[in-house]
Amino acid sequence: MINTKVSIAGVELKNPVMTASGTFGSGMEYSEFVDLSRLGAVVTKGVANVPWPGNPTPRVAETRGGMMNAIGLQNPGIETFCARDLPFLEGIDTAVIVNVCGHTTEEYLEVVERLSVESAVDLLEINISCPNVKCGGISFGQNPDSVETITREIKKHAKQPVIMKLSPNVTDITELARAAEAGGADALSMINTLTGMKIDINRRTFALANQTGGVSGPAIHPIAVRMVYQSAQAVKIPIIGMGGVTCAEDALELILAGATAVAVGTANFRNPHATIDVIDGIEEYMCQQNVEDIRTLIGAVK
Amino acid sequence: MSEKSITRAIILSQEKIASQIYSLWLEAGTIAKNAVPGQFVSVYSNDSGRLLPRPISICETDPSKGLLRLVYRVAGRGTEEFSGYQAGDSLDILGPLGNGFPLERCPGGKSAFLIGGGIGLPPMVELSKRLQGHALVIAGYRDELFLTEELAKNGTLYFSVEDDSFMSRLSAMQASSHITHGNVLDCIRENGLHADVIYACGPAPMLRAVKSYAQQNEIECWLSLEQRMACGIGACLACVCESTAVDAHSQVKNKRVCKEGPVFAAEDVNL
Repeated sequence: MINTKVSIAGVELKNPVMTASGTFGSGMEYSEFVDLSRLGAVVTKGVANVPWPGNPTPRVAETRGGMMNAIGLQNPGIETFCARDLPFLEGIDTAVIVNVCGHTTEEYLEVVERLSVESAVDLLEINISCPNVKCGGISFGQNPDSVETITREIKKHAKQPVIMKLSPNVTDITELARAAEAGGADALSMINTLTGMKIDINRRTFALANQTGGVSGPAIHPIAVRMVYQSAQAVKIPIIGMGGVTCAEDALELILAGATAVAVGTANFRNPHATIDVIDGIEEYMCQQNVEDIRTLIGAVK
Repeated sequence: MSEKSITRAIILSQEKIASQIYSLWLEAGTIAKNAVPGQFVSVYSNDSGRLLPRPISICETDPSKGLLRLVYRVAGRGTEEFSGYQAGDSLDILGPLGNGFPLERCPGGKSAFLIGGGIGLPPMVELSKRLQGHALVIAGYRDELFLTEELAKNGTLYFSVEDDSFMSRLSAMQASSHITHGNVLDCIRENGLHADVIYACGPAPMLRAVKSYAQQNEIECWLSLEQRMACGIGACLACVCESTAVDAHSQVKNKRVCKEGPVFAAEDVNL
């Protein structure tokens, strides 16, 4: 009998595999393809205090081994989310992590406070790293002082444990990881997308209406592994690793680098069943390698 | 609990039917059985470096045999890859996706314009087959013809050609009565045509013109839109279009082309 359970800030997950925010809606669309109760957690798309319309289209483009997006955090707002999406998730036997976005500290806090009364929510993930919105998002996430300040503010108001989602678009991610830990974060998640640009040479225009977008997919996986490893050396709080996880091997690399859990994002677009394939593959690996407890793999790279 | 999954579809045949346009018949089982006109499928590359599915409209189906026909234009590396496959090769597909054209809006005794521009024409083939009412197919071409036989089979085909030199060559060759030099609306006017409903698919400028024609003439109008997609199933919010009213799902003025569409009532969307 193998143990795949892990714990993030006291919340037990049946396995370390969750969805990456923004790639899975609130799970409803994917429930036609995936038995959501098999997932360690569902991480929702970012939700703000009011509905956000997002960016102009085109919002996505393919790159070699990856893709770019500039959705701009379109979301229906916290009230619709609580009335429609949360009841759906409450009915599923999996942990629920709500990703929170905002333009200002006050907007983040409004959502965090609204969610404090929702017992269906197990953890909050605070998006301070979206590269596709002009204010808020990444503007909080690139400076250690502002990361520490906003983390502290959110911790004051949050009833659920807080995961701070970090940006890779920085010189040294460990500075941001330390800042979030100093601000009281219960966990970290990384990496958000890397800012990129793609040009259509036939039309001589930007491929995305937003000009820049966030690069994700297998192409960024080694960067995620490196950043998770560095951050795991720098902080004591658990890390949720993500960035180009397509198969169990990719997930295991992140775990060995120091991640307690992993998220599957862009891979869902190529294979709606990707999360389950990763879970099955991890179990297979554990059986083959005689690993009784997944927790012995966390940070076990030699 | 999980019902839907990606299907490995075997290619029965592939044919080039115009300079950049290919016709693909696939063995697609239940996808072909369940599909309605105006829906699309996500076609996945066999190259793992190309992640995103290509949404391709369904041209026609043979539900009893589980066959699906896709007619697509080579527009980039993904579709270029697809065009290289032959009978016996296979592709991963997901579908049918999206809502499809509302057939019930044109019952027997009524008539509809099926307006297709360029690569917007393929879905009109299955639509003309299933429509109870009379189909007046208005096909807009630039400088080459394709699918004309199929489109003429289940309706009356009129076509318009925009390119001057192609038009003069055509006139010399066929002298068919139903060719208009101009766009799809010129074609409708030149032939003095009338219909109760419009179904249209094609480039944005054509759809804008069709929408305004429908408004002026107070004709019910359904438009099939195209947008860059990622997931194809309504989760990622990449493929939105602007809606005239706040959408129930998004709570803002946009709708998901892959989920609420690709077919919209013309008055519900801003083009």
